[in-house]
Amino acid sequence: MSEPLFTSDGWSYDTIQRIHDAVSEIAIGELGLDVFPNQIEIITAEQMLDAYASTGMPIFYQHWSFGKHFTQHEQMYRKGMMGLAYEIVINSNPCISYVMEGNTAMMQTLVIAHAAFGHNHFFKNNETFKEFTDPAGILDYLKFAKAYISSCEEEFGEAAVERLLDAAHALQPQGVHRSGRRRKLDLRGEQIRQRERRAHEAQTHNELWRTLPTPTGKQRGEESRNLAAERLGLPEENILFFLERHAPKLASWQREILRIVRLVGHYLYPQRLTKVMNEGTATYVHYRIMNRLHELGKISDGAFLEFLTSHTNVVAQPGFDHPAYSGMNPYALGFAMMRDIERIVANPTEEDKIWTPDIAGRGDVMGVLKDIWANYRDDSFIAQYLSPRLMREFKFFNIEDNPRESELVVGSIHDERGYRRLRRALSRRYDASEIDPLMEVASVDLLGDRRLRLEHKVLEGRLLAAGDTRKALQHIADLWGYDVELREIDSDSGAKLADHQARPARPFGG
Amino acid sequence: MNIIDRRLNPNGKNLPNRQRFLRRARKIVRDAVRKASATRGIRDVDEAGVVVIPADGIDEPSFHLGNDGFRHPVFPGNREFSEGDRLPRPPGSGRGGAGSGAGEGKSEDAYSIALSAEEFLEFFLEDLELPDLERRKLSTTESEGVRRAGYSVAGSPSNLSVSRTMRNSMSRRIALKRPRPDDLREAEEALAAAEARKAPAREIAALRATLEGLQRKTRTIAWIDPIDIRYRRFEPVPRPTTQAVMFCLMDVSASMSEHMKDLAKRFFMLLYVFLKKRYKKVDIVFIRHTDEASEVDEDTFFHGVESGGTRVSSAQREMLRVARDRYPQDSWNLYVAQASDGDNDPRDNAESAAILLNEIIPMTQYYAYLEVGEQGQRPGDSTLWRAYQELDEPRLAQRSVTSREEIYPIFRELFSRDAGVRGSAS
Repeated sequence: MSEPLFTSDGWSYDTIQRIHDAVSEIAIGELGLDVFPNQIEIITAEQMLDAYASTGMPIFYQHWSFGKHFTQHEQMYRKGMMGLAYEIVINSNPCISYVMEGNTAMMQTLVIAHAAFGHNHFFKNNETFKEFTDPAGILDYLKFAKAYISSCEEEFGEAAVERLLDAAHALQPQGVHRSGRRRKLDLRGEQIRQRERRAHEAQTHNELWRTLPTPTGKQRGEESRNLAAERLGLPEENILFFLERHAPKLASWQREILRIVRLVGHYLYPQRLTKVMNEGTATYVHYRIMNRLHELGKISDGAFLEFLTSHTNVVAQPGFDHPAYSGMNPYALGFAMMRDIERIVANPTEEDKIWTPDIAGRGDVMGVLKDIWANYRDDSFIAQYLSPRLMREFKFFNIEDNPRESELVVGSIHDERGYRRLRRALSRRYDASEIDPLMEVASVDLLGDRRLRLEHKVLEGRLLAAGDTRKALQHIADLWGYDVELREIDSDSGAKLADHQARPARPFGG
Repeated sequence: MNIIDRRLNPNGKNLPNRQRFLRRARKIVRDAVRKASATRGIRDVDEAGVVVIPADGIDEPSFHLGNDGFRHPVFPGNREFSEGDRLPRPPGSGRGGAGSGAGEGKSEDAYSIALSAEEFLEFFLEDLELPDLERRKLSTTESEGVRRAGYSVAGSPSNLSVSRTMRNSMSRRIALKRPRPDDLREAEEALAAAEARKAPAREIAALRATLEGLQRKTRTIAWIDPIDIRYRRFEPVPRPTTQAVMFCLMDVSASMSEHMKDLAKRFFMLLYVFLKKRYKKVDIVFIRHTDEASEVDEDTFFHGVESGGTRVSSAQREMLRVARDRYPQDSWNLYVAQASDGDNDPRDNAESAAILLNEIIPMTQYYAYLEVGEQGQRPGDSTLWRAYQELDEPRLAQRSVTSREEIYPIFRELFSRDAGVRGSAS
C-alpha cells in the first residue's frame, strides 16, 4: 500500500502535480492510453460561466449572443437551478482542461482522469476528430479570428460586423462538409492562405458576373447551365461554404468572416456526432483509474465513497416517466456500453456470442475498446454494440408516432422481437441527418435572375420548422443578394411538400 | 504537464459580450414600449404590463426540423408496455389529430416580456428630462429647512443643552478639585467633634484652617461657570421641493371636437406621468373655460359640455387664483399645460399674452401650449398662436398637433434631454 495522494479536501499545485502523475501512471502505463500533452488551468466560477458562453473556447471573438448565453446561465446559476461543470476540456494540442477552484482534491483527481486522459485520448485517436479537427492549430486560429473580427469592427463598424455574424451563426450548422473533407483541415496555414485568397480573387472573376453573350437555343442553354452547375460545384451541402465562395456581392472581409464562423462550426461538429462515445470513454476511463487508485491505497476509503456518490449521479438514467427525465443521458448510455463491452470481451454469454461475435471472448479489453473508440461515432457505435442485455437493463421501448393517428403506438420493447428494431431506432437518433436537416444548394439561375434554389430532403414527412426557417432563409437572401427559394422535397417520392421564399431585405455587400 | 492558475486573470472576459447583448435587448424593449404606449389607453400608460418584443432582435434562428412527420423515439424505463399497445397522446404535445400535421413547433415569433409599472415608465420616459431651469428659478424650487448641527457657545436660552452644559461643568469641577459637599460636611463635623471634646487649640486651628480652605475654594470655583454653557445649534439647509402641481387648461367651447379633446387629454396624461416620475407628490388642477373659467373635476373636464365664446384669459386668471390660494410657490413647482384650438376671441389675445408673460411665466417652471386640430388639418397659425409666439419666452413651449401618433413624439421633443430648440417652433 502506498501513501494517499491527499488526506483532506484542500489541494495545492503540488497536490495537483502528484495527482496528475499518479493518474498518468495508470492511464498511460496500465491502460495504454495515448494522449496529447496536458495543460491544466485552474479557474473561478465566473470564468467557468465565461467559458460556457463562448462554446468553451479560451479565445473567442465578440458577439452579443455569447452575452445572452452568459446572462441566461448566470441567472440559472445564481438561482441555484443549475450547477456548473467541474471541468471543461478543449480539443487542442496541448490539451487544455479547465478545472474549477472550488473542487475538492478528490474532484480534481476525478476531473483529471476524466478530461485530461479520457477525453484527451478520444480527441487524439477518434477518426471523426482526426478528420474534422486540427488540435495543434486551433488556438492560433482562434487568436487570428478574434483579431481579424475586431479589426473588421474597427474598419467597418460594430453594427455591420454584428449583423454579418448574426447571419453566419444562423447558418453555422449548414457549414459542414458532412461527407468528409476534401482536404485535411490545416488551421495553421489559414492565415497565410487568407492573404493569398484575396490576391487571387482580385485577379480572377466570378462566374456569376460572366456577361459574354450566351449561345441561343434551348439546347445550348441547357448545356451552359450544366457547365455552370459544375463550375459552382453544385449540388453543395455546405451552404455557408457556397455563400462564402460564390455570393456575388460580398466584400472580401465578409467572406473571411463567413469562413471563420464556418471553420469554428466545423471544428465543433465532431463533438455533436460523438456525444455518447466521448462521454462514455471519459467516464469509463475515470472509473477505471479511480478504482485502481483506491486499490493502490492512493485515495482513502472516504474519498472513494465521495467519488462513488458523484459518479453515480453522473451516470444516472431516470425512466421516461420520472420527474427528473430529460432525455437520454449520454454519460449513462456511454458508460454502460463501455462496461458492457468490457464484460462481453472478458466474460461473454451465449447471447453475446451471437450478437457481437467479433469481440465476444477476445480477452483484450483495452485493445478492443481503443479500437472502438478510434473507429466509431455514436450512430454506428450504437448500431454495432448495443447489446440485448443493456436494452433489457435500460428497459428501452420505442414509440411509433404517426401524426395522422390520434394515438401513439408502442413499436418495440426490450424482447426478442424488438432488439434489432429498437437498436436501429436508437442508433438513428444519433445519425447526422437527425442532428441537422439534410439541406443543399441545388441550383442557381445563372441565365436569369440569379435566383438561388435550396432543397431540403424531407425524411418521413418531417418538415422544417416554418418560423425559424423563414428567418434563417432571410439571412441567406441577404448574403446572396438575390431571391432565394427553399423547396422541401420528399426523399421517397420527390414530391414538393413545402416551399419558402425570401428576397433580400438588407443585402450585404461591400 | 503544465498547471496554470487562471484565477488571477482579469474577470469579466465576457463583459463586452454582455454589454452588447444588453444594448441590443434594451433598445428592442424600449422601442416595444413606445409602440405599446401608442396603442394603449392613456389611463393605463403608467401601469405594469407585458410588452411583446419581436423575436428578430435577440433570438438566434437556425434551420431545424419542426413538429411534423413520423417519428420513432426511444425511451428508457419501460414497466408495463408491450408491443402494439396504443397510448393516448400526452396533452400539449402540439401534434396529432387526423391529418393535421401542421404543428408549428416551438418556433416563436415574439417574446413577451413582463415589465413592472416602474420599468415600463423607465423605458417610456428614457432620455426625457425636466426643462432646464434658470438659476434664478432653481433657487425658488427649494425651501429652507433646519437641521441639528452640533453645539455652540452662544444661543437663546430655549436652546440650552443642559446635559452638555452639566458635563462641561462637572469635568471642570473635577479638574480644579472643587470640594464636594461631602468633603465640606466632613470637615465641619471633624471641627465640631474636636471642639466638643476640647481638643488642643492647635488641632482645632488646623481643622478650622482646612475647613476655611475648602470653603474658600467652593466660593471661588463656581458650580456652573459661563464657560460650561452650551447651546444646541441649528443650521438652515435648502430642501428641494418634492411636490408639483400641474394645471390643465382647456378650451371647451363648441369649436373643440371630441378628437381635439382626446389629443389634449393624451398630452395631459403624458405630462402627468412624467411629473409623477420626478416628484413625490403631484396635484392636478383642471380648469376649463369658455368665456369664463371654472375649476372642475377630471370627468367634467373631459366630458362636460359647455357653450359660449372663448376667452383664454379667464382660464389664466382662474389658474392664478388657485395657485395663489393653494399652491404657494415656495413649496410647489408649477407646471401649466394649455390646450386649445386657438380659436380665441381676438380681443382677448393681447390680454392673455400679457397675463402669461407678466404673471404666469414668472411663477411657473414651464408653460406648454398645445394647439390641437382636426385630423389632416394644419393648425398652428391661429391668432392666439401668433400672440404667444411674439412673446419669445423660453419657458413657454408651443406645439401643434392633429393626430394621436404625433403626441408622443412632440412630448419627447419638448422634454428630451438634449432639446436644442424649445419655444416657438412647430
